[in-house]
Amino acid sequence: MSTSHTSSCSLDAPGAEARTCATTGLRVCLTAQQFIKLNAVAAIVFLLLGGIAAILLALTRWQAVHLLPVDWFYRILTFHGLNMLIFWILFFEVAVLYFTATTLLKSRLFSKGVAWVSFLMMLTGAVMTNIVILQGKADVMMTSYLPLLAHPLFYLGIILVAVGTLIAVFNFFATLYIAKRDKTYEGSLPLVTYGAMAAAVIAVIPLLHGAIVMVPTFTYSLGLTPEPDPMWYRMIWWGLGHMSQQVNVAAMVAIWYLIAYLAVGAKPLNETVCRGAFVLYILFINLAAAHHLLVDPGVSPAWKIWNTSYAMYLAVLASMIHAFTVPASVEVAMREKGHSRGIFGWIAGLPWRNPAFSAAVLSLLIFGFVGGITGVTLGTQQINIIAHNTLRIPGHFHATVVGGTTLAFMGLTYYVIPLIFRRDFIWRGLARAQPWLFGGGILLVSFGMSFAGSLGVARRVHDIEYAGVYGPAAHFFLGLLGIGAIIAVFALLLFVVLCVGTVLFGAKLGERPMTDWGAAEKTFDAPPAGSLAHAHWAMKGTMALTSVFLLSFVVYYFANWKALADVWPVQ
Amino acid sequence: MSIQPPDKNWFRAPEGAEKMWIGIALVWCFAMSLMMPYWHFRGKQNARGETYAVSADDFWERTEIFVKDNQVGEIDGVPVVEPAPGSDAYLASRMWYWYPILKLRQGESYRIHMSSLDINHGFSLQPLNINFQVLPGYDHVITMTPTTTGEFAIVCNEFCGIGHDRMIGKIIVE
Repeated sequence: MSTSHTSSCSLDAPGAEARTCATTGLRVCLTAQQFIKLNAVAAIVFLLLGGIAAILLALTRWQAVHLLPVDWFYRILTFHGLNMLIFWILFFEVAVLYFTATTLLKSRLFSKGVAWVSFLMMLTGAVMTNIVILQGKADVMMTSYLPLLAHPLFYLGIILVAVGTLIAVFNFFATLYIAKRDKTYEGSLPLVTYGAMAAAVIAVIPLLHGAIVMVPTFTYSLGLTPEPDPMWYRMIWWGLGHMSQQVNVAAMVAIWYLIAYLAVGAKPLNETVCRGAFVLYILFINLAAAHHLLVDPGVSPAWKIWNTSYAMYLAVLASMIHAFTVPASVEVAMREKGHSRGIFGWIAGLPWRNPAFSAAVLSLLIFGFVGGITGVTLGTQQINIIAHNTLRIPGHFHATVVGGTTLAFMGLTYYVIPLIFRRDFIWRGLARAQPWLFGGGILLVSFGMSFAGSLGVARRVHDIEYAGVYGPAAHFFLGLLGIGAIIAVFALLLFVVLCVGTVLFGAKLGERPMTDWGAAEKTFDAPPAGSLAHAHWAMKGTMALTSVFLLSFVVYYFANWKALADVWPVQ
Repeated sequence: MSIQPPDKNWFRAPEGAEKMWIGIALVWCFAMSLMMPYWHFRGKQNARGETYAVSADDFWERTEIFVKDNQVGEIDGVPVVEPAPGSDAYLASRMWYWYPILKLRQGESYRIHMSSLDINHGFSLQPLNINFQVLPGYDHVITMTPTTTGEFAIVCNEFCGIGHDRMIGKIIVE
């Protein structure tokens, strides 16, 4: 073989370490593929750990069951938060970044060595943190508010995960750079890569906050430096804690666009609008850290109002734009395929048996209707008085991070395993049911938490009976939380079994394309492709759905102002 | 296509229903933004975050003086303290109790100073569901006007260690 010394990083260049995907025809960088596999496997292991913790917690908060003793409840709660919110999500996001920067741009990954350093740092940090927690040396919750103090290795583990992730983000940006330099693609970034880039830009800021807050806390825990101020800690920690959730939002939205394309062939109606919405995320979402300080001392009302509104809610506007453009692109694609009966006729023709698609739809609905509406409302400066640190808060973020992000990631996995691990899924019938079970379970969890929280039940409490103020209604909703968690964790375990079973025992694809999950089909009388390209009012169903959404939003928002007006005057 | 580079001329203004939706959403965002300053001036429930720096020792000393001057009784060894309407009251928190029990009058206003003597705690008045954060080193002043009578529990709703769930205080309104 000739040793062709090509400087190009293109996957089409001679000698490129790549293969052609038998399903999509896209080129896959073999180095990226290796690290997508490693990060995805690690992600699913941490999801499993977090899921086992979840069921133990839910069955403890359900007062009739009250499973865990008090010390283990707080220990497992710390463990659950970090494994779910940080480890599972960050490892999966690194896999998404590597995929969108290589295959979609036809570029190789910038550096295998950097990818190894990132992966090993993240893995070491995550394992270290988990061991310290399970040893009972860090019963401080995920937030570890000073002056509560954990073992130094707890902070060191988190620092390693944060820095390791930053290194992966660097690898992503370096790949974008070499792809642009060598012109592996023409014109602008594809929308999905653009969304992933937005997620990566947003990620840099919280990860830096993580380093700023964790390094002095680590050195304080070693006795080397004085104690950081507890309010300073809260503010900077939430620069990590809340902003990192906005990374998930951007990654999740990018995945919605990706799955809408894979399952329905949807393309954005207006690339400018979709990209503009991602830019709004980058510019304004980082103010959201203030949501956690709304009833804190030391920060002024003006500061709270400006920051919690994300500067006039321009990041909320971004989500509301995606909430229109994603379903509208799907609807227009369906109408062009001939599913044009009435306002909602296109919905019947959607590929509901495709688990990636159903997961993406449920993710969008749960994120928007439950997570989004509750989030904006609870994050309203004054309304937070009747919500802060109650179960309403986890009721909100289980709808965004679990019903939204985690479900979208699960949906994408139904393509990642056949396309990257090249095995067909086992037990396809169960796979088709899994997103529905998980989405349904997490909705019950979210409702149970939100209503119990509205009745004043606090989050992060082992036993509510000492207060002596919670009646049968609060106990009913805690029971609902328990039942929802049983369903959701069952669906989570099913997901893990499906993934692990497929990677180990699924039919090898070799050079065959994957067995299709089902995509939207053309009817016999479909109009010619592109016939609706200029029909700017064709998405009647989306207009109806978004109207229902806005109405729900307005009603919930003002109902909460009314609830606030009913409590004692407090200033 | 979402996974391919867009057409060269992708930069264009929104049209039709998309444009209308962006307009409606923007109006709603502005409406929500304006609600907060409106309520700040016209509403009765606000988190103004009135705060003074205080050391744990100083705050404990002020609380002790406040209790000595205004004590009217005792429940289970915890003093019951009735501040004069309109005056300052002190509520100290530490692992794992609130001190003292406050006795207030309906319709009167009180400036309640809250601070922690050790770590973060959460003031959560139940079953009303009024919640404020309490931090060490910060004297957080909440002006409160009880409009209903009865016994109210102060639940700690910020995790503060193994005895967190038993950290229950009391406010009595007559």
